[in-house]
Amino acid sequence: MATSRVPSANTRSLDSAIRLRGKRTAPLGMTESGSTRKSAGRFGPYGGRYVPETLMAALQELERQYEKAKRDRKFQARLDELLRTYAGRPTPLFFAQRLTRRLGGAKIYLKREDLLHTGAHKINNCLGQALLAERMGKRRIIAETGAGQHGVATATVCALFGFECVVYMGTEDMRRQELNVFRMRLLGAEVRGVESGSRTLKDAINEAMRDWVTNVRSTHYLLGSVLGAHPYPTMVRDFHKVIGREARAQILKAEGKLPAAIIACVGGGSNAIGIFHEFLKDKKVRLVGVEAGGRGDALGEHAARFRGGSPGVLQGSYSYVLQDAAGQIATTHSVSAGLDYPSIGPEHAWLRDSGRAEYVPASDEEALAGCTLLARTEGIIPALESAHAVAEVVKRAPKMENSEIVIVNISGRGDKDMGILKEKLKLD
Amino acid sequence: MALSFAKHPSLVAYVTCGDPDLATTREIVLAAIGAGAEVVELGVPFSDPLADGPVIQRASERALRRGTALADVLQLAKEVRKQSQAGLIIFSYLNPILRMGLAKFAAVAQDAGVDGALITDLPVEEGDTYLAEMRKRNLATIFLAAPTSPDDRLKQIAQVSTGFVYAVSRTGVTGARKQLPDDARDMVRRVRKYTKLPVAVGFGISTPEQFAAVGEFAEAAVVGSAIVETIERNHGKEAEAVAEFIRELTVVSRRSSARTDLRKSR
Repeated sequence: MATSRVPSANTRSLDSAIRLRGKRTAPLGMTESGSTRKSAGRFGPYGGRYVPETLMAALQELERQYEKAKRDRKFQARLDELLRTYAGRPTPLFFAQRLTRRLGGAKIYLKREDLLHTGAHKINNCLGQALLAERMGKRRIIAETGAGQHGVATATVCALFGFECVVYMGTEDMRRQELNVFRMRLLGAEVRGVESGSRTLKDAINEAMRDWVTNVRSTHYLLGSVLGAHPYPTMVRDFHKVIGREARAQILKAEGKLPAAIIACVGGGSNAIGIFHEFLKDKKVRLVGVEAGGRGDALGEHAARFRGGSPGVLQGSYSYVLQDAAGQIATTHSVSAGLDYPSIGPEHAWLRDSGRAEYVPASDEEALAGCTLLARTEGIIPALESAHAVAEVVKRAPKMENSEIVIVNISGRGDKDMGILKEKLKLD
Repeated sequence: MALSFAKHPSLVAYVTCGDPDLATTREIVLAAIGAGAEVVELGVPFSDPLADGPVIQRASERALRRGTALADVLQLAKEVRKQSQAGLIIFSYLNPILRMGLAKFAAVAQDAGVDGALITDLPVEEGDTYLAEMRKRNLATIFLAAPTSPDDRLKQIAQVSTGFVYAVSRTGVTGARKQLPDDARDMVRRVRKYTKLPVAVGFGISTPEQFAAVGEFAEAAVVGSAIVETIERNHGKEAEAVAEFIRELTVVSRRSSARTDLRKSR
């Protein structure tokens, strides 16, 4: 059996490559320098680039173009200008006085990403990637969306740049976020419903990747979170770092000191990484990510990757993944479509393992309560995603000193969630 | 003899294991080999098959509803190996293998008599530990070469490939297409600059004419979705239907290669 095997044409160079390798942290083996093959985009052991070969050249080209653009003053100036004049940056940092009084404890500030054009932080990244697509001469844009916020932001920038736009969205999410589907269509985008799997964000990403692998030569995939293969987790983070840069300067101006904690919700994790990053070096600032605790602890009932997830590879990246014993990806549940995803950005996995950030769940119910509370104390209706961060400040602020400050990132506004809020809150 | 490519072209047949169930897959695999497949790719169903078209997506869903896991596929390989010397390749996405553990996977695969593996979403950059474990067990590591791969990538792919190189004939997901793209031949020519390994061409091959055409420039043709669709359409008589499909698929090329052989003998 299997006696004569076709030998490798390059057995020798392979053997020496294996011998050359030393210690490594990535369980799959990053190649040490000196080899011709290099794994790119690692956060500790996490990240990397796990995609079919057809996409590799496009990812490498995107990485090259992004590195060039980063150093190009004109590119940065144009992005800054669009963020200021089109998206509405800087966003305010607002002292939530009545919420602070109600909870009794830490002073609560809200970073108002919900006030941006299109209603969420997503536009920061979309403008950046649209400028890159223009640089690369790619005029067809595809994107995935869960809650619809990234889809709307993508449709918006495509209208602004005159790009063709196709957005993939799970049909379950289309049902939950009907209004956003209409907004995308109004903006001239084609919304393609995805019927496979759980018909949510994960399945929309699969379908977007199938489109990309087919049309890679003409199409840019405008991925909407710090997920996927390198360079996306790094690039999307960089486009959102402006949130933390502003917040840090704003809190220093308002209070003359840094906050004790920053709280943000984490689906893929783009708004969280965006506000966390500027504070990474401020070791005394606690960084708190809030995952979707859903409606229970069993697999399939939540989207808390750090509670019941384990390292694995999904959709291009090595990170924590909700999966079964055979490595099949689990279904997830959250009242908020934007957090309803079985994996998490690889940099979050590393921030968690290294202890720099902590991650906690908030349940559907807690998020709904947080949403109502913020609406009634401050007149701000947060998106259900952001309401998970509010739920955590409700638990945390009362245990903190009056002299301490906490910033909550209100990543998006709740207009899109009226249907689901109406159904769940029964206020009529 | 494992991974031999004696015919022109040889048939590499893909099946999604566990569709409709494992016992039937075993019959299908043996029938495919009986009908002339020289290598069989045993597809491991995955929940998120992002490189696959609708046919293999549906097959994967059916197999997963039955709870088919990587361990079952390896067990199936072991059973097939008892009855056949054909080449057996595990064809999988990375995560199920990662979950089992790369070292354990390689050990179990070797024990089962598997010849090698191809991992769809593992490009060469990320493959070092995998390569080391597979080499330890004398298992072939087959990598994809794509039409979008520039020459420096083809070179790296050739360096780490053993057994054969799988040339993806066109950009896109798996699934039958009416026409074989013109650049498939060119693609194979580019791959050959860097390797003496046999080259198998795949993605979109479903007709006898396409199959024969591949024989003009590559050692093997991979046929997947067309076989999986045959399984889907022939409930209760899957194995016979696949054997019949393969006989029809290969008839044109066998006829022409018989002519070639005849000319040679003269």
